[in-house]
Amino acid sequence: MRATIWGARGSLPSFGPENTRYGGNTACLEVRGDADELLVVDAGSGIRPLGESLSSDLRRVNLLLTHLHMDHVLGLGFFAPMYDPDAVVTVWGPGVSPDALRAEINRYLSPPLFPVRLRDLPGSLEFHCVPRGTFEIGPFAIDANYVCHPGPTLGFRISENGASMCFMPDHEPALGAHEFPDDPQWTSGFDLAQGVDVLLHDTQFSASEYRQHVGWGHSSILDAVQFAAAAGVKRMVTFHHDPSHGDAELDHMIAGARELVHPEVMLVPGTEGSTIHIASR
Amino acid sequence: MSQHEIELILLRRWASYLSLPVFLVGSSGEMLYFNTAAGDLLGVELDAAGAMPLAELEAIFSTATVAGEPLPVEEMPIGVAALERRPMHGELHFTGLDGVERDVSVSAMPLQGQGGQNLGAIAFFWESTAG
Repeated sequence: MRATIWGARGSLPSFGPENTRYGGNTACLEVRGDADELLVVDAGSGIRPLGESLSSDLRRVNLLLTHLHMDHVLGLGFFAPMYDPDAVVTVWGPGVSPDALRAEINRYLSPPLFPVRLRDLPGSLEFHCVPRGTFEIGPFAIDANYVCHPGPTLGFRISENGASMCFMPDHEPALGAHEFPDDPQWTSGFDLAQGVDVLLHDTQFSASEYRQHVGWGHSSILDAVQFAAAAGVKRMVTFHHDPSHGDAELDHMIAGARELVHPEVMLVPGTEGSTIHIASR
Repeated sequence: MSQHEIELILLRRWASYLSLPVFLVGSSGEMLYFNTAAGDLLGVELDAAGAMPLAELEAIFSTATVAGEPLPVEEMPIGVAALERRPMHGELHFTGLDGVERDVSVSAMPLQGQGGQNLGAIAFFWESTAG
């Protein structure tokens, strides 16, 4: 299994000479199985270049959405398969019913916010609510559960042939937890992350920034590493970079986290365009 | 033991900041959590409480109506909320594990998570003599 980051920026696309390595596109992940099967996770602005890279012969795309905040769906209307009359895009997201999920997404993909209505897109769209627990899409076994972030927000654990990864781009497990991270039973996201080969996790803030943003639904990089260590994660990829953090500052944050906590967790910079390989077992 | 659902995790964290006594019961009737204020009322700290299954609350706390009649769990607000899945407010008398007898008002609600999932019940206590 492998995962390519098409966008790791949080909150708002942020391009400029200061962001050439970590990139400016918001959340989008391309997951490929051992036989190259495709699973797309989140539809931030990174989904536009991903869509352009896909074969025009592709007839079905499964898209998992962690939640419906704008930075995770704003690229949806620019995803090439949605303009292919022969393609079916199946959207899996949080919600109480497929119709409710469609209605929520339709709020964005309709005038005046977007010129094209959902129903007028040439491609076919299907909606499914993500069930709590385990389900399968192609070769992937997916565990989903709600995690600590404002509004219904899912985390995903994706497994194939013994390889596993966990995606929690927006997550604040330390919120209000006196015992964090030492009480797994009462720690948001713990079961999803436990023992995975790779965890892509929210690292939006430095420790000092986090103190000013408690309750915003995002983590400090130190809390994220502590969470990963508690869950026995081998590699953690930084994600949801703050729009105000350039490459140099993000490098500095990662270097500081490496020095201060848990050398057993390999900390990997979440840079746009990078691919994470996870060996099957 | 697996991790609790996020709704319960957030409720527990919220309750931990309240001086209002709060008691959480899981979907199988197991005691999940009570906060420090509830511990003061029940006469026991959470860490020392051990298992307090819903079915044993009557025996543990000698629950009764304020008139002194025995009050089985299925007639207590937390029992009604957990077992019948409907809210209830009521008054009751009980003896804490510190031996102190108390009269309390209790409001209990069933907990329903995303997709209508049964997550148990929550109860709020108010000591009748409290100011």
